Amino acid sequence: MSHAVVDVVDPGALTLVQDLGRPALSSLGVSGSGAFDRAAHRLAQRLVGNDEGAAGLEVLLGGLRLRVAAGTWIALTGAWVDARLDSASASVAVPPHSAVLVDADAELVLGPVTHGARCTVALRGGIDAPLTLGSRSRDTLAALGPAPLAAGDVLPLGPEPASPVPVADLVPVDPPPRGLVELEVRPGPRADWFTSDALDLLVTAEWKASARSDRTGVRLELGSAVDGGSGGLARVPAREGAELESEGMLRGSIQVSPDGAPTVLGPDHPVTGGYPVIAVVVDASLDRLAQLLPGQPVRLRRATGRA
Amino acid sequence: MRILPNGDRALLVEFASLDLVLGAHAAWSAAPAPGIVELVPAARTVLVRIDPVVTGLAAIEHWLAEHPASPLALADGDVVSVPVTYDGDDVAAVADAWGCSIDAVIERHLATEWLCGFIGFAPGFGYLVPAPGQSALPQVPRRETSRPRVPAGSVALAAGYCGVYPRESPGGWQLIGRTSLELWRDDTEQPALITPGTRVRFERVPA
Repeated sequence: MSHAVVDVVDPGALTLVQDLGRPALSSLGVSGSGAFDRAAHRLAQRLVGNDEGAAGLEVLLGGLRLRVAAGTWIALTGAWVDARLDSASASVAVPPHSAVLVDADAELVLGPVTHGARCTVALRGGIDAPLTLGSRSRDTLAALGPAPLAAGDVLPLGPEPASPVPVADLVPVDPPPRGLVELEVRPGPRADWFTSDALDLLVTAEWKASARSDRTGVRLELGSAVDGGSGGLARVPAREGAELESEGMLRGSIQVSPDGAPTVLGPDHPVTGGYPVIAVVVDASLDRLAQLLPGQPVRLRRATGRA
Repeated sequence: MRILPNGDRALLVEFASLDLVLGAHAAWSAAPAPGIVELVPAARTVLVRIDPVVTGLAAIEHWLAEHPASPLALADGDVVSVPVTYDGDDVAAVADAWGCSIDAVIERHLATEWLCGFIGFAPGFGYLVPAPGQSALPQVPRRETSRPRVPAGSVALAAGYCGVYPRESPGGWQLIGRTSLELWRDDTEQPALITPGTRVRFERVPA
């Protein structure tokens, strides 16, 4: 049984430990948190033979460098990065969606992202950080779970899992899109606070992901030519200036602040909020939020059929 | 009770009053329909989140309609006693806002039995309201500027609510005192001492 450790040489812009989060503690004020791109997380863990609930690393925009002195298997999913294994004798490219053996003397170097925003790194055995309320996830808003990685950190890995590294050369998965991203939405509880023009604008405008976006929420702004001079999503006269008592929020709730701008809540969202929710991004579209880069175009589309 | 749409994995149920919210949350939590994974109470609403693999929104809507809420029976809630030293930085500002002395602020706060309506803002931060039958205290607004760091254990008032900061965090409520009681322990199964429906009494301890 090897209990290897990971030496963090450089955490890049922001690297967080994430697993599948804390799913049902909202009534205590604790949000779900967990991997922003859940499908990428699950795939990465499976590629190295881990349980899907094992903890990995969520790397924002690339730039992570680490070493595993005992050597181990790793896999990269989610955003595509120029990744390589550097050793004294060679520098080898690391393909996405593939289990790769990191030798004892090699350094894993993630360059900048080329597609998407968040790269998932799974390591065989998983990151064995202490559990907080049943999860190893970092909740950035509530400051729960392991602190963001810093240079010089030494992270323990869990024991060798029972299942071997699966034999799969490469799982064919398209990279996250660089262009327009479509998200499906369904009506939110306060859709009737907004004008019919606002409800139309929500699903016809080309929005842009704001630079003011993080794991708490992704703010959307109107692309230049589309808004026809409107100030965003307007309320019906009876609700102008009205205050909403705080109510429960979901990952994917689209809150509209008083300036008319929508924010799609992310995994570390506040458990309750006082801005009206016009619509909610459906579960199947949520992972795409994790991969939006500032300025990237976004279109919201009304989901059809029964929920 | 009004059931509002809330995307593809939840409904929002709206009530006329907080005691109906608490009654619904207590009753539905005790015996939830299969497939309900989470119930989140707030000031006038309970968020009902489901696992779409197990159930559907139409089925849950039907179940909710068949399980109408009655107001929470007060005797049901746990009682937590919170010792407070009333030396908060804003206690004089609250006295000014209420047009009374600092001692009168303390007396009114102590004389009120509080009830945790819901948790929001931060892990374990309960929004306390005067329990049914208790008279409301005069409102105080939030501070004009929020403090970047409010110490854990700070007892505070704002907008008709009382709250105790369970951990150090930023905060904009008016601080009237502090407690040494530990309200949040995330290394335990029950991390929050005060949960929705908990009754809270404050007891004065000298500085």
